[in-house]
Amino acid sequence: MEKKSSVPKTVKVLKFHPEKCDGCKTCERACSQVHFKTDEGGEKSAIRILKDKNGKYKMHVCDQRGVCLDMCPVGALTRNKKGTVILNKKVCIGCQACVAFCPIGAMRKSDARIEPFKCISCGACVRACPNDALELVEVTIKGIKEVVYYKQGAEK
Amino acid sequence: MIEGQIPIEEYETGNTKHKWNLDKIKKAHHKVLEYKYKKGKVEKGFANRTLYINLSTGEIKEKKVTDEMKKLFTGGRGFGLKLLWDSIKPSTRWDSIENELLITTGPLCGTTQYAGSGKSLCLTVSPSTDIICDSNVGGFFGPYLKFAGFDAIEIQGKAKHDVVIIVDGEQGKIIVETAPLEETNSHVLSEQLTYMYASEDTDKSRQKISVVSSGKSAENSYWGCLNFSFYDIRRKVCRMKQAGRGGLGSVLRNKNIKAIVAKVENFDGMANNPDDVKKILNVGTKLHREIRDLDREQCNMRAVGTVHLVEIMDEYDLLPCENYRFGSFPKAPKIYSPKFFEHFTKIIPDGCWHGCTMACAKTVDGFEVKTGPYKGQKVTVDGPEYETCGCGSNISLWDPKKILEFNFYCDTYGLDTISTGTGIAYYMEMYEYCILNKERCDGIELCFGNFEAVMEFIHRMAKGDKGEFVKVAAKGIRRVKEWIKEKGWGDPYLIEECGMESKGLEYSEYVTKESLAMQGGYGLTLKGPQHDEAWLIFMDMVNNQIPTFEDKAEALHYFPMWRTWFGLNGLCKLPWNDIEPANNAETDEPAKVPEHVQNYVEYQNGVTGWNVDKEELILQSERCYNWQRAMNVWMGRGRRKDDWIPYRSMGPVTEVEYMSRKDRYDKQLLENVGLKEKDTEKMSTNEKVKTLYDWKQDQYQKLADAVYYRRGWTPNGVPTPQKMKKLGFTDKKMLNMLQKKIDEDEKNGLNKWGGTYKKGEKPPSIDPKYWEKW
Repeated sequence: MEKKSSVPKTVKVLKFHPEKCDGCKTCERACSQVHFKTDEGGEKSAIRILKDKNGKYKMHVCDQRGVCLDMCPVGALTRNKKGTVILNKKVCIGCQACVAFCPIGAMRKSDARIEPFKCISCGACVRACPNDALELVEVTIKGIKEVVYYKQGAEK
Repeated sequence: MIEGQIPIEEYETGNTKHKWNLDKIKKAHHKVLEYKYKKGKVEKGFANRTLYINLSTGEIKEKKVTDEMKKLFTGGRGFGLKLLWDSIKPSTRWDSIENELLITTGPLCGTTQYAGSGKSLCLTVSPSTDIICDSNVGGFFGPYLKFAGFDAIEIQGKAKHDVVIIVDGEQGKIIVETAPLEETNSHVLSEQLTYMYASEDTDKSRQKISVVSSGKSAENSYWGCLNFSFYDIRRKVCRMKQAGRGGLGSVLRNKNIKAIVAKVENFDGMANNPDDVKKILNVGTKLHREIRDLDREQCNMRAVGTVHLVEIMDEYDLLPCENYRFGSFPKAPKIYSPKFFEHFTKIIPDGCWHGCTMACAKTVDGFEVKTGPYKGQKVTVDGPEYETCGCGSNISLWDPKKILEFNFYCDTYGLDTISTGTGIAYYMEMYEYCILNKERCDGIELCFGNFEAVMEFIHRMAKGDKGEFVKVAAKGIRRVKEWIKEKGWGDPYLIEECGMESKGLEYSEYVTKESLAMQGGYGLTLKGPQHDEAWLIFMDMVNNQIPTFEDKAEALHYFPMWRTWFGLNGLCKLPWNDIEPANNAETDEPAKVPEHVQNYVEYQNGVTGWNVDKEELILQSERCYNWQRAMNVWMGRGRRKDDWIPYRSMGPVTEVEYMSRKDRYDKQLLENVGLKEKDTEKMSTNEKVKTLYDWKQDQYQKLADAVYYRRGWTPNGVPTPQKMKKLGFTDKKMLNMLQKKIDEDEKNGLNKWGGTYKKGEKPPSIDPKYWEKW
């Protein structure tokens, strides 16, 4: 039962080109600048670049699938007009339900404050990357959307 | 059916929408009292003051919470006991002018980072038991009361006319005003008041209000419950959780309080101002993850709430059917959790307080009411929970929709579903034996499974029906037992032993016949037969982990103490053992869930800045537990005779019950009672019932002996002054009172063990006055 409203159909998500990445983590520093006004990166960045066992780089970031939307008791998490899942810090009560229930651990929590933070598809990291290893691509929400409830139904 | 990821504004329940003339209702209010207070900040979990309101004298004042009070009583229910001790008399009864209604919070209450942290603890002198009852409840009121500035609210006296009490944390004001035009029934009243007192016409504003109310039946019954509202921003409904046990709603209405409203200016995840939030975040997030990964395989709370227990109880012969005569029933699968899952609305954050990811508070939305004053309307039904389903099986209602209707009306009329269900089940059994009949029941055909009769009885209670039966029946099983016996309508053995009450309170919904420890878990309690003190059936009966009296007594020490602890802090018990770490079974004591106990140590230290360990947590409880028992003694109860339980909870009262589980009971006669097969062959079923009766009664008395000893009480169940001193109490009034009561018992020859000890058996101590040597 889709209602007629301004519900967005698509959303921009980050795409990573590992072959271009040299692990400089400029993206992380750009991200922590957005969220915490610091260029520490690391724990304070919503995007993380990690090296796997084979020495290849991997990106770890929110894919906007939105499991967290249904977790928030106060409605601090919503999809904005562009379809991006965003957290309203002023509404958030810091319960960490979204942090714990994110299936890929992309809702992050830093020691700096009680409210979590996440990728808002702002493109700061894309612009910062010296090697063009990141890009924002548009995908349909229907294609990525995930709802956890039914999978936890009474039928085992 | 609703899909996930719907924007909050677009959720639809399909409920009937009301339009109230709130201006008119509000204009009819007349201000009776007003008190301004300085808004404060919560420090390390405490507001450091409590609020006292006397509706008779008009006095409103703040009471300071001292460090001494925190040390001895911790918070929550402990504070409630302390405040009652200072205010009531041993002769105080539920409707006495000096009786109080208390709603307390606890230092951890209102935390958002650990599941199950929004509980309020309510206390009063109960109409059912004449002693203190305590009942814990979710909803937003407790946290909001604290964030508005008070660790507890204490209401004494009675108002002349129906009033609402507003604790306005936005303005820093307490206001008492008359409220003549509002409805009394909770689902309407809480909506009216939430809209009336919200600062703005937005969901966000309405979410900052919580209403405590009861209903029409509470005015005419001893089963009155309190409904605590919590505004659901998705459903746009004032949902409710109930402080059910002991008649708190009856006391609220007796004081002519229509509702108590709490309002906060603002709150966030740091509103408790914890000492070290990192400690809480560590354990809280770890627990959230356990729930995410394991709940579906363990209790499935997030999908169906506590209803998942129905099939388990049925399987283990523990689901009360037809007034606890049987523990399972062929029709039971009709009310298994998948049947309710079909009706539940699938919305996820179903916690009764923010941040509870157990999310067991399920609802059925758009439920069409079939009977009574709201017939034809579509409403949200909160629940049912397991206990309410257990009432369904107990009165033989095998249809989720009927159970939902029963649940809806009990809630909105302010009736405790447990007492109402257990009560009706007993009346139905008496009806079956022709001890009651249509004429004696004021024309109500109360036979098992008669849904229309059940609803008629409930509606007539709400209307204040003057029929002799309806009036007595609304006061519960204890009063009906007396009434039937007075009328001389039947066999006193059946009347007494079939009625599932102890201390005057109705049993909650578990069959305890085969677990002696659980019989103690219900009987050797403070407020009456309620499973919130101990749930030992599996430990005792299924896993055989506590075989001896000593083992059982240890369990009946540890678990009641541990479970009491939640009430001192404003917490819910479910996240302790209704979710377990994956490796819990490999720990030393899986029944205690050691990792979670350690979580709570970190959690309490993280909020309060104390430095306690797990032993100290038990000690916190032990102080309050003994204090409450001592208050029972003070009020003339709290002795061995008051820990009496009906035989229906111990074994087969009737031949039908014996025959329904013949192999089991025959085996008990041989293996436990020690009869020979050639003896039992000659015995009639009636003789077998009697033989088993004597044996089981003696077992219960021996259990009481062992438990009293373990708890440091006299053989008559009185906490000794020596024990109280050990716990750190120096209150002379209390210590002298206990010594006096023990001396009285001594004079009457009551300081002796209750069990019959044969050769080779020993009472817990040869010297029944063992404590004097301490």
